[in-house]
Amino acid sequence: MRWGVVVFPGSNCDQDCMHALRSVMGQSVDAVWHEERSVAGLDVLVLPGGFSYGDYLRAGAIAATAPVMSAIRDFAEAGRPVLGVCNGFQILTEARLLPGTLVRNARLRFRCRPVWVRVESSDTSFTAALPEGTVLQMPIAHAEGGYRASADELNALRAAGRVVFRYCDREGRVLAEANPNGSVDAIAGVANARGNVVGLMPHPERASEGLLASSDGRRIFESALASLAARAEPV
Amino acid sequence: MAAFRVLIMLKPGVLDAAGQAVERGLTALGYGVEHVRVGKLIEVDAPDLTAPIVDEMCERFLANPLIETWRIEPLPGGTAGSAPAAAPVRASAPREGRQ
Amino acid sequence: MRTLAPEGTATVRTGLPAGDEHEIVRRLGRHPNMVEARMFGVMWSEHCGYKHSRHTLRRLPSGSPRVLSGPGGNAGVVSIGAGWAVAFKMESHNHPSAVDPYNGAATGVGGIIRDVLAMGARPIALLDSLRFGPLDDRRSRQLAGGVVAGIAGYGNAIGVPTVGGELLVDACYRDNPLVNVACLGLVRADRVATAAAQGVGNAVLYAGARTGRDGIGGAAFASTELDESRERTDRASVQIGDPFTGKLLIEATLEALESGAIVAIQDMGAGGITCAASEMAARGGVGMAIDLDRVPLREAHMRPEEILLSESQERMLLVLRSDDAPRVAGIYRRWGLSAEVIGHVTAEPRLVATLAGQIVADLPPDALADAPAYVPEPRRPRVLNGEERRPTARAAVDPLDALLRMLRHPDIASKREIFEQYDHMVGIRTVTVPGADAAVLRVLEAPPLGLALAADGNARWCAGDPRRGAALIVMEAAANLACVGAEPLAVTDCLNFGSPERPEVFWTFREAVDGIADACRSLGVPVIGGNVSFYNEAAAAGNGSAAAEGARDPARAIHPTPIIGMVGLVEDVSRPTRSGFLNEGDLIVLIGSGSGSLGASLHDVLIEGNIGGPPADPALGDTTRAIQLVCRAVRARLVRSAHDVSDGGLAVALAEACIMGGIGASVTLPSATQDHSGPPAPLDWFGEGPGLFLVSLPAEGLPALEALAAEHGVPCGAIGTVGGASLSVLASAPTGVDSFTVEVRVLRQAWDSLEF
Repeated sequence: MRWGVVVFPGSNCDQDCMHALRSVMGQSVDAVWHEERSVAGLDVLVLPGGFSYGDYLRAGAIAATAPVMSAIRDFAEAGRPVLGVCNGFQILTEARLLPGTLVRNARLRFRCRPVWVRVESSDTSFTAALPEGTVLQMPIAHAEGGYRASADELNALRAAGRVVFRYCDREGRVLAEANPNGSVDAIAGVANARGNVVGLMPHPERASEGLLASSDGRRIFESALASLAARAEPV
Repeated sequence: MAAFRVLIMLKPGVLDAAGQAVERGLTALGYGVEHVRVGKLIEVDAPDLTAPIVDEMCERFLANPLIETWRIEPLPGGTAGSAPAAAPVRASAPREGRQ
Repeated sequence: MRTLAPEGTATVRTGLPAGDEHEIVRRLGRHPNMVEARMFGVMWSEHCGYKHSRHTLRRLPSGSPRVLSGPGGNAGVVSIGAGWAVAFKMESHNHPSAVDPYNGAATGVGGIIRDVLAMGARPIALLDSLRFGPLDDRRSRQLAGGVVAGIAGYGNAIGVPTVGGELLVDACYRDNPLVNVACLGLVRADRVATAAAQGVGNAVLYAGARTGRDGIGGAAFASTELDESRERTDRASVQIGDPFTGKLLIEATLEALESGAIVAIQDMGAGGITCAASEMAARGGVGMAIDLDRVPLREAHMRPEEILLSESQERMLLVLRSDDAPRVAGIYRRWGLSAEVIGHVTAEPRLVATLAGQIVADLPPDALADAPAYVPEPRRPRVLNGEERRPTARAAVDPLDALLRMLRHPDIASKREIFEQYDHMVGIRTVTVPGADAAVLRVLEAPPLGLALAADGNARWCAGDPRRGAALIVMEAAANLACVGAEPLAVTDCLNFGSPERPEVFWTFREAVDGIADACRSLGVPVIGGNVSFYNEAAAAGNGSAAAEGARDPARAIHPTPIIGMVGLVEDVSRPTRSGFLNEGDLIVLIGSGSGSLGASLHDVLIEGNIGGPPADPALGDTTRAIQLVCRAVRARLVRSAHDVSDGGLAVALAEACIMGGIGASVTLPSATQDHSGPPAPLDWFGEGPGLFLVSLPAEGLPALEALAAEHGVPCGAIGTVGGASLSVLASAPTGVDSFTVEVRVLRQAWDSLEF
């Protein structure tokens, strides 16, 4: 099982993801340069957090046009698992691999702090081992994390169970005060129709070890392993 | 060379947090402002550039049609950085969402 | 064919004092031409040349067995063991931040990151130490907001976590804000980079962003005082940084260093190409030939002095073998940066710059790099701050009311609204949340080692007595590190003062340096590098007269503010200690004998409205022993929590330990005097002094702690227990007068009330 972590100019959580996967979970991980044309040999892709292209124009907008995106699109359309974390989530929405968009936080400020999210759907590659209602603690660190989608898109997401994470308090209650950035419907993460592409704003790689405030994030990566094992997809 | 200026604004109804912050700042300075919106201005030069091409650039990349509208103005000087013509050439129609 | 551009006459202005200009002519044996005059003007400015401070800074101890690179380099480097080392340095960006707070602070962050990068180290943490006027003043609020946004904007995007720091307010900083930023980097002990150019014929490679007109005259600008009417023109001198390019520069440079091809490297900051080239050549005892036509430019029609002195950000200068240049340039270009060979190393020690085939400057590198070192005459101020203080009849103090007011004060209050704007977790090394006594990072490359960082700079103590105050500051930083079980490795200092041309200020500066030296020697910690910022005294608002223009106003000078950054080594980071109390029933023990002082204390400023008085005696021997004891006790896991007593004295420290632990305590206040007959004096509650710690531990652990304390010759005694939801402090007087009980919830509310 090989993981690929995509590196765009300005990505700055790529090495954190690689550490969580390689050193903590003992996985084989490759860095995937933004100019690569092929992702052959890889089984899971992660688009990490950071400030790709300085967040210029819009967060993730320029990265969505990078050469590697075409191979990532094919990979996603073949039903292979793709996880977008923070800036990675922004890139996936700009690339239209996920619906909606991420806008500036309601208070206009960057916020770095722990949050809790509730798992709303186990029907994705990255929540397969997480029962609905599970509460995970992970940190956020972003200035543009407010999820927005059109009324039609939101209805479709809800109806199809494609809202994957919602911001909540430590007891799992989805309350206004638990929403750190004004996301509509407290949405912290969504999936595509097939459930193989997932994006979320909180950072699971920053919550994958006991020494760091929480190790809940690791379970998202472990779900990918579980769902791949279950599917036993041929290469 | 043909040059165009694109003005990108948030759609009405989308929270313009930056506009609100600027409005508060101007009010604090003693100006009686009622409404402030903050957008982006992009100037593009290229040989054989036309308004329809710029419109397509906006649709695909320069703007996010989900939450932004845009207005295109030619720059008669032919280079980015000149003064615009009197009236805009194209404006996006507000849309509810991407199809 | 190449002839030097015409000499100026004796009236070519450098902007320097006449004495400096005579020295230039003496060293050159001729007058400089216009371009050369501008180069001297920048290199011999106070900011670049350290003319008033160099001589005094030699009084600081700078050696230890761990030091791999001492003062004078881009950043100091000390070994941490296991084959690794850290680069550490603090720098100021005060004047640019007063003019353009966002960009001034942002470029300050960018600059210090590049200094650390130039030692071959990956930058892994930032600390910010900030000073503003009171936050209810609109201008101070704006400056503070802009500075914090700038540090966040740059640091977050470049991906280096801001893990701690401090923000203090005082009226003296209203027009002279201080923005000091420290950076820590990690490097293999055998791969520390050097800035000394070597190898005749070697290529000089320019790498990074293109060059524009940023900050022309910026270094010189830093050495003049600020005058509000000039703000508009000064704006053009403020550099604009791009953290995206900064991030690319970090990755490309580390990759280039990995290739092993780099002979020497320096970042281009103040003084641009001139400063980097002249310093690299001077350090290596060689010369350089620079072809300005080959410098990647962002603007058209740049004049030679503009190219030579531009302070465009995010650029490095490298020396390497000519054969290796294409490969290394390729690395930078792959990351989207410019990379051009712009010159080569020569045998003869001359820095020769050409443009369009003509020599525009030809100077000995060390003439530029070695500005004259002045030895000013110090003069003790007639009256030190507070010596004129009239003894006040102290009103009966309501200690609870005073405590709540102090918890609300920006110096003490939670800075959560600020540090949540900083990404303090990127890199996943950060083990503590900002607000703890010291930031702790794990060394992923060499577990279970950890690094602890603290920054301190209590200017009130220094205003009262600069030598004592500076020593107390160093001790406070070491105490912060001891609370997390860290042994101090090195100090970097950022010395912020008024004009050194005034003998009283210079005396204060020298005294502060001596105080730092005293404390560092006692602790056995070297000062491996730092920064001096003079002229922090905004000129009086002019009335238009020629005499008032540019006049300095000593009344608006800042308090002497030496800020100390300290890095320490944590042996085992896998179980970090806490500052806050933990378990119901744990004993609270007071360690140390520091006799506190109300002089120069927060209590006196806030409650008495009186800053004056000398601060406590540093008691270097006793304090050092107490610090070492606490470090050992934490490392041996004898205690569950450790918190040092500083601003606001014991009452504030107790309140903080309860707030951070989320649990109450019941404490009997020790009396500062032997006379127990009366109510406790404010000294008991709020006196500030060194070497005093609050620790908590299970009751059965007390004998072991007492034995260890006796071994170190440090007093220690239980004063209470942890438990409940309230802090109860009882007077030692039997009457119980002047005791109080307050819910921790109420304390927390006061402490967490800072709006930012």
